[in-house]
Amino acid sequence: MSAATSQAVGEDIPGRSLWNDAWRVLRRNRAAVASAILISVMAVLVIVGPLFSSYAYDFTDWSNLSIGPSFETGHIFGTDTLGRDLFVRTLYGGRVSLMVGIVATIVSLVIGISYGATAGYLGGRLDHIMMRIVDILYALPFMFLVILLMVFFGRHIVLIFVAIGAINWLDMARIVRGQTLSLKNKEFVEAAEAQGVTAFAILRRHIVPNLLGVVAVYVTLTIPQVILVESFLSFLGLGVQEPMTSWGALVKDGSEELESAPWMLTFPALFLAATLFCFNFLGDGMRDALDPKDR
Amino acid sequence: MLRYSLRRFLGAIPTLLILIALAFFMIRLAPGGPFDAERALLPEIEANLRAAYHLDEPLPMQFVRYLGNLARADFGPSFQYRDYTVTELIMTGFPVSLRLGGSAMVVALLFGISAGSLAALRQNTRTDYTVMSLSMTGISIPNFVMAPLLILLFAVYLGWLPAGGLGEGSWRNMVLPVISLALPQIAYVARLTRGSMIEVLRSPFIRTAKAQGLPMYKILIRHALKPALLPVVSYLGPATAAVITGSVVIEQIFGVPGLGRFFVQGALNRDYTLVMGVVVFYGVLIIVFNFLVDLAYAWLDPKVKYG
Amino acid sequence: MSLLDVSNLNVRFDTPDGEVHAVKDLSFRLERGETLGIVGESGSGKSQSVLSLMGLLADNGRADGVAQFDGHNLITLPEAQLRRMRGRRISMIFQDPMTSLNPYLTLADQMIQVVREHETVSKKAARSRCLEMLEAVSIPEADDRLDRYPHELSGGMRQRVMIAASLLLNPEILIADEPTTALDVTVQAQILELMRDLSERFETSTILITHDLAVVAGTCERVLVMQGGELKEQGEVRKIFYEPQHAYTQALLKAVPRLDEERVERLLDGGEVGGAAAGARAGNAAGADPLLAVEDLKVSFRVHTGGFWGHTRELKAVDGVDLELAPGETLGIVGESGCGKSTLARAILKLVPLAGGQVCLLGRGLSELDSAEMRKMRSDLQIIFQDPLASLNPRMTVGDIVSEPLWTHRPDLDKAAVRQRVVHVLKRVGLEGRELNRYPHEFSGGQCQRIGIARALVLEPKLIICDEPVSALDVSIQAQIVNLLMDLQAELGLSLIFIAHDLAVVRHISHRVLVMYLGTAVEIASREDLYERPSHPYTRALISSVPIPDPDKERSRARELLFGDLPSPMDPPSGCRFRTRCRHAEPRCAEEIPELRAVGPSRVACHRAEELLETV
Repeated sequence: MSAATSQAVGEDIPGRSLWNDAWRVLRRNRAAVASAILISVMAVLVIVGPLFSSYAYDFTDWSNLSIGPSFETGHIFGTDTLGRDLFVRTLYGGRVSLMVGIVATIVSLVIGISYGATAGYLGGRLDHIMMRIVDILYALPFMFLVILLMVFFGRHIVLIFVAIGAINWLDMARIVRGQTLSLKNKEFVEAAEAQGVTAFAILRRHIVPNLLGVVAVYVTLTIPQVILVESFLSFLGLGVQEPMTSWGALVKDGSEELESAPWMLTFPALFLAATLFCFNFLGDGMRDALDPKDR
Repeated sequence: MLRYSLRRFLGAIPTLLILIALAFFMIRLAPGGPFDAERALLPEIEANLRAAYHLDEPLPMQFVRYLGNLARADFGPSFQYRDYTVTELIMTGFPVSLRLGGSAMVVALLFGISAGSLAALRQNTRTDYTVMSLSMTGISIPNFVMAPLLILLFAVYLGWLPAGGLGEGSWRNMVLPVISLALPQIAYVARLTRGSMIEVLRSPFIRTAKAQGLPMYKILIRHALKPALLPVVSYLGPATAAVITGSVVIEQIFGVPGLGRFFVQGALNRDYTLVMGVVVFYGVLIIVFNFLVDLAYAWLDPKVKYG
Repeated sequence: MSLLDVSNLNVRFDTPDGEVHAVKDLSFRLERGETLGIVGESGSGKSQSVLSLMGLLADNGRADGVAQFDGHNLITLPEAQLRRMRGRRISMIFQDPMTSLNPYLTLADQMIQVVREHETVSKKAARSRCLEMLEAVSIPEADDRLDRYPHELSGGMRQRVMIAASLLLNPEILIADEPTTALDVTVQAQILELMRDLSERFETSTILITHDLAVVAGTCERVLVMQGGELKEQGEVRKIFYEPQHAYTQALLKAVPRLDEERVERLLDGGEVGGAAAGARAGNAAGADPLLAVEDLKVSFRVHTGGFWGHTRELKAVDGVDLELAPGETLGIVGESGCGKSTLARAILKLVPLAGGQVCLLGRGLSELDSAEMRKMRSDLQIIFQDPLASLNPRMTVGDIVSEPLWTHRPDLDKAAVRQRVVHVLKRVGLEGRELNRYPHEFSGGQCQRIGIARALVLEPKLIICDEPVSALDVSIQAQIVNLLMDLQAELGLSLIFIAHDLAVVRHISHRVLVMYLGTAVEIASREDLYERPSHPYTRALISSVPIPDPDKERSRARELLFGDLPSPMDPPSGCRFRTRCRHAEPRCAEEIPELRAVGPSRVACHRAEELLETV
């Protein structure tokens, strides 16, 4: 139905939500769109890619120890010093890194949102105490504690999730708390309170939908941070156990064979940096699109 | 001002205690002990050793003893380096780490602030886009990836700079480690400065200064720089923490004999006192630094009351 | 020759949605020693035109045309030369004194550098120049104040500092862009008086930009009226006010209610003239059972004074207010910002906890109700807010926003019935009723306020509290909203509490008026008594501070100006809270707190109310 006839009939005028607007702005941001596509490609590749490779991630090709990339041998990224196929290992490493990134972000999201929203919405003395706790935790050199944890309690993958999630929730809690606090004082929330809307409905209809934008941006920016922390731990030899690997562990192996087998560093490093780059770019683009300050 | 400092100082004490307690109990509750690595010791010898290090006492007792010693700046003897106390080890490693970390911080601030201000002044021009793309790259390439790449390029292929070690304390040995450590921080500081500078330049008081006929460079220096740098000042705390953690791997990659080495080796060898010593030392350093940053912030921002 | 001769000035902005032509072919002159007013609503281009003269347009703006000043065309003058004019020969003051001074520098730092930028003088000489100027704008203890930061001064004080800084180099032209808009009316009167004084003393020519015709009436010799970037009319101030030629000027003059004339029944708002409801207003329904009764209401907040473990102090925002409201009646509440009027509104709605006192609606004490009963009660009690956009959830559609009260209170209605009611109420407030799927940010301020009113109306409440509902709107929109509220009242028999700082609007809409000062009621009276025989010195000062859009009356008025600013509500003065600014204060006022008592037909809280009434 054309606009003219719909007006004549007196039907509702279609609206344009803030999400529509944000989506439009984001789509115009070519760097962000390219990043999003690259991330999707990367995700598909690390999940599906290994299925098509003729080598297993822990298979030692005794006839091809530490060879450079070549199509003849089928080792398109080359092999490591133990003759394992670097292409498959890079993809497997990507699986671990991306999974850690996503799961640990969800952990920090859950803790951070519940903690921050509680402090912000209830406010008052409780808020004061809860935020003092966050301040104190904030000042701790967490990375050292995580390293201690990994060293003394073994390198279990669940422990990595918990440890990294436990660091990152602090930021999330602060942001969510700040947003909730400012939303709570917005006039539309007062209006809802004045109408007698229940606290639950206010949270559901007024607070949460307005938090989502910030949370979405923040999640996108947390994932690369988490991937970075995991690869840092792996680099120190504290990440996942051999023969399983992650990008950080591969970079470590590569940096040890820097002069003899530079490809061992180059490929995993490229994958790691590209992924972090894309997530950061996408996050920046989303912030521009969703941040009401610039509109 | 004095009261404010005192109060902030008192506020740092619980943080410190929590840190010490967390590290202490985490290490002690973990399976394994400091003497596992050696040949199986006779039970009575091990018992003697444990008694000598007070490891046979109940944990809370040990904790209190440890705190008491800490108060006298005594980190105890190292389990691994039998001839040294932890304090001595820290004192050999720290000057090296301080030189590395300090230089990296200075470099990061210098380059980050100038690049960020430049990008803000030339907002949405090619200069801006270049600075922002570079800093995005800086953030996205971890320092432990950057470091081997720099070695590969400048030491292996070009042969301009040494790949590692201390040399005789020559600046040439410090260049690559400092750059690797500073790059992500330069990027962060640049982005932070750009963002806050853009916001400050939009504020009405800048328009007032323009209307009063001040030239742009004076407006920038006298009116805009101070408020624009406040976020950077508050980032100094996290930045220090990041540089210290970063230096752990950077020292390893470049073979720099700093504190980071003791930490990693101590952890792998379960050298309780050494690991504790390094963690507490760094913790104190970070907390003290945060305290100084808070004071600096309060001094810079007239709206923060000392009351 | 004119001091400044502007011809064919155009200002354009490049925006993502295309070019915006903000100022179109503007031509005017500024003569030596005169004060020129530029009047217009938001978007009229009044500010952009003077910013372009100063070369201060935003980065995406361009100007062309001619602006002759002392043989130079300011529009094409190179930045370096223009910069040397700014501050020295042409200076400017801005709307918001809170943000226009650098909060990170002391006053001395920011003032001295202006002097030293344009003249080679020693620091000491520059400082003593700044001191003189601060004294010229009547800042007490100037020497001490000079070394303070802006946030340590009150709003009025800061605007004085801005004026002092702009006059430091004795400029030929002073441009004042809405210099009093962010200030309370009593402070506005002081600042306008000061500006008149100074422009005479320093022989400065002034361009005064404002949206408020009344401000122009008493201050300017000539006036330009702008709308949509175009000059609609210019002329001598008396001609503009007494014989406006252009329809827009006429409409603007009639859109504002005024204190100096008989109250009109209906404001001209560009809509249908003489609405059906005009004249059908519910009278002062005395004798009827009160709909709302408030007794000794107290609200206090705990304020963090900063600090590590959080020291808190008590701020008594509302300290013992009584009021009654009859069905169909409008009670106006006026007072300066920070007097507690909005807090009072929120306390009546139980949006903030009471520290004491009682609110009774329809004879039932609200504090005795449990939460289910209170929720039920809320359907009779609604609120409209000041900022129309902020009061609507940006992520909800207009349909959902207006439906929400029905979801809460009328779960019995099905979807179609809800929709029907929502469409009906949207039409009732002057919207099309087809906006259900649209979002608040797609509407203008006036339309958003209509949506807010629709939301308040949809449950057919008995009382609506309007918290500054028109202060954020342009005058013509303001008139539409005021008319709408009055029509609705007449039609539905609503009671209204109308909170505003604009005394003229309050007189227009209210049957009775309550005047608040620092959390207490100082006077309650019927509209006629309050405006014709104000009894409390504060009421009198308030009324005499309001500028009147009539040049002759405005210039011949005897004023009772207040000195100083509102004291901090954290430490209110002892005894009568108003005594520190009252010109009639006696020793007794510092000791005894005056009760609100009957003085003639009014109720007044002043020890000397009777004596003072005789002096009127």
